[in-house]
Parts: sequence; C-alpha cells; structure tokens
Amino acid sequence: MNALETAASASRPSLPNLFTGFLKIGLMGFGGVGPVARHIIVAERNWLDDRAYAELMGLCQALPGANTVNAAVMLGDRFRGAAGALTCVFALMAMPLLSLVAIANLYEAVSDRPRAQVALTSAAGLILGTAARLLAKADLARWAWVMAAAAFLAVGVLRLPMLPSLLVLVPVGLVAASLGARRV
Amino acid sequence: MERGIFGQLILTFGTISLMAIGGANAVVPEVHRQIVEILGWMDAPTFARLFAIAQTAPGPNVMLASIVGWHVAGTSGLLVATGAMLLPSSVLALACSRGLQRFSGNRVVRIVTLALVPIALGLMLASGAVAALAADAGLFGFAITAATAVVTYRSKVNPLVPMAVGTLAYTAVWAAGLV
Repeated sequence: MNALETAASASRPSLPNLFTGFLKIGLMGFGGVGPVARHIIVAERNWLDDRAYAELMGLCQALPGANTVNAAVMLGDRFRGAAGALTCVFALMAMPLLSLVAIANLYEAVSDRPRAQVALTSAAGLILGTAARLLAKADLARWAWVMAAAAFLAVGVLRLPMLPSLLVLVPVGLVAASLGARRV
Repeated sequence: MERGIFGQLILTFGTISLMAIGGANAVVPEVHRQIVEILGWMDAPTFARLFAIAQTAPGPNVMLASIVGWHVAGTSGLLVATGAMLLPSSVLALACSRGLQRFSGNRVVRIVTLALVPIALGLMLASGAVAALAADAGLFGFAITAATAVVTYRSKVNPLVPMAVGTLAYTAVWAAGLV
C-alpha cells in the first residue's frame, strides 16, 4: 500500500457508515432521490467534494440505469470494494422497496377508478415537466435537439421497439457528438 | 409455470436495464409494450395504476420493475424483477468505475454524455406522453397532466405536492359527478 492509498483509507467511510448514508438517501427521496443524494454525499457525510460529485454524476448519466443506483455502486466500490458496492445498493433500495409494498397494499385496499387514474395523470405531468425543464436547461446544440425529437418520435409516437431504436439513435448521436465536440 | 414467469421477468428487465439511459423514466413505453402488449400480463389500466404507485413511493425510479414483479409473482417476483433491473446496469457501472477512474472527465466520457443526454430527454418526454395516454382519464385528466407539467417546469416544489393536489382536484370533481 503506497502513501496515497494509506491517506485515502484513513478517511474512507466504513461499511456501516456507507449503509446508513444510503439508507437515508433511499428513505428521504420522496419524489426523486437526486437532491437528497447530493445533500448526504457532499454536505452531511463529506464523502466527496462538489467537484468530485459532479464528475461522478456525469459518469453516472453516461451509463444506463438510475443515476443514484450507479452512484451507490461506484462510491461503494471506490471506498470498500465489491462488498461496499453491494452494501450501498442494498441500503439504497431496502426502505423504498418496503414502502413500495406498503403503498401498493394500501392502494389495493382503497383503490377505485378515479384515484388510480389521477395519480397517473399527475405522474405523467411530473415526468413531462421534468423532461421539459431539463431540456430547457441543457443548452442543446441543434443536432442534439434533432436527436431528442427523433427519440421522442420513435418511442413515444410511433411506439417502435426500444432496442432497435437505440441501436440506431445511439451510434448516430455518438457520431454527431464527436463531430460537434471537434468543432468547439 | 412459476419458473417461466421468473425467467421471463429476468429476461425482460435484464434487457431493459441496459436500455435505461438516464434511469427508468426512459423506458416506460418499452416496459408497457413488453408487459401489456407482448406478454399480456396485465391490461393497460392495471399497468397505469402500478406505474402511479411506483412514482408515489420514495427511492430510485427503477421501482417500476419491482412493482410489476410484485403484481405478477408476489414478493419473489418483486425481488427477481428488482434484481434483474439492477444487476446488468450495476455491473456495467462497476466495470466503468474501475476502468475509467483515472480517465474521469476525459474526452470519451464527455462525448458519450453529450450524445446520450438528448436521447435520454427525448425518451423521458416519450414516457410522459405514453403515461398520459395510458391514464385515459378524458379531457380533465389531460388538464391535470398539463397543469402538473407546468408547475413542475416552473417551480422547484417537491414533486409530491403537485401530484397530491392533482389527485385531490380530480377526486373532488369525480365525487361531484362531473367526470
């Protein structure tokens, strides 16, 4: 173990510390875990500074899967290896899954037509609003707007199967992105 | 028969896991297509209800898989579907974390992000549109979808607030016999 690794291991969080941190992220993340995750990882536990957190999130966004799950895998692995990754993902998912089952049971008990439908109408609005806000903030180049529109048309309007759609969209996006990045 | 369901859950969500660019909000149309249209495990209103439950619960948005698994095969279905949804993307994340650690912030990651962000956002819009249609709640339902979308777009309130207000408004109108 070299000096750098010794220094890092002195400050690296223990498994119980990782467990309680991600348990809290899962439990407090009503309506999305993103903001809570940042608060706990950066402000409360000091596992990363803002810059390292932004870098981690950038990498998580480039990968499939929920960002917070990917962050749990990467942080757990970075601090405590594979056992750390497992601990973080388990802690993150445990409480949400329990409350999911509780809510589902409750819902079956009180379920009637209007409430079931309306919860969905507003959930749909939530996703649309979030997507619109992210699109507005993303400062996309013209080719990127075309890619977003193509993805929406293919999957949302034409209802094409997703795998072939992605097999076309992703390579085209990669080519466009590398051409765009070269020009800048 | 039982094994058939679990095998299918693993196959379906294991594949969807790797397509979930930007999280599970990108794959709602695909989950709907596979579960309702191809496998015929539930009708569209049931899927709509499960989706709403998954949105209400706290936690990462991959729980759409969990609730579908729970609906078709109980607790074991929930665990199998959740595992299938988490494992492939997590293994990929682990591999990238180890392989890319020293390159983080480098050109490849930047270009992949640049390419995937617009696709992910387009898919998210598609998910919202498909969910709005699946709700099938008439004109007033679309009005609530639009109102929630505008509130979410313009303000930073906790997403559960517009959801709760929308539900109350719709229930009130329904109780008054207007819908």
